[in-house]
Amino acid sequence: MIWPIDLAILTLVVVAAIGALRVKDLLGASILFGSYSFMMCLLWSIMGAVDVAFTEASVGAGVSTVLFVAAVFRTSRRTRD
Amino acid sequence: MTDLISMVVAKYNYWIYITLMMIGLYAIIAKNNLVKKIVGMNIFQTAIILFYVSIGVKKGATIPILEHGHGPDAHHVVHAVDYINPLPHVLMLTAIVVGVATLGVALALAIRVYNNYNTLEEDEILAQIREK
Repeated sequence: MIWPIDLAILTLVVVAAIGALRVKDLLGASILFGSYSFMMCLLWSIMGAVDVAFTEASVGAGVSTVLFVAAVFRTSRRTRD
Repeated sequence: MTDLISMVVAKYNYWIYITLMMIGLYAIIAKNNLVKKIVGMNIFQTAIILFYVSIGVKKGATIPILEHGHGPDAHHVVHAVDYINPLPHVLMLTAIVVGVATLGVALALAIRVYNNYNTLEEDEILAQIREK
């Protein structure tokens, strides 16, 4: 484990999580959630869990984002919080 | 002060896991929009996965694939100290798949709720239910 990269990515993960919850647009929230999942995937590969990393990259960052975007397009982008 | 900083940096993965878990819990409880609640649920799940993967990390170990496992010079003496513990990885592989399944069900339910009430905000849905 390369610890400077680990610390940097962990900080970015928290920033992306807070951003996904604070942004006032659901499409923006789903894209920020996709970036959150992708940084989680980087974190797994830094910690040596390569199998978890590529599952997260395909399922977490790929399929989840597609599901979120599809759901937002079938409902509305409006949000108050 | 330096004690505090070294304590935080030494267990940084675990501090961030607690932080992410609390961010997700806050979103599930306090957010008003259904999609934001689902995002919070997913953040909670990945926080738990982060905790389990952090357990398996060892200093100076490599990824859990056997070296010299094949070929003419194959030998089968495995030192567990040289490899990262793969057991939490396998458990969390299942957790990721379960997570995306729950995400799909939750979003399908949110779409059904939107078709009925024409809004995703929880307080507006509750107000419409009370009017009926």
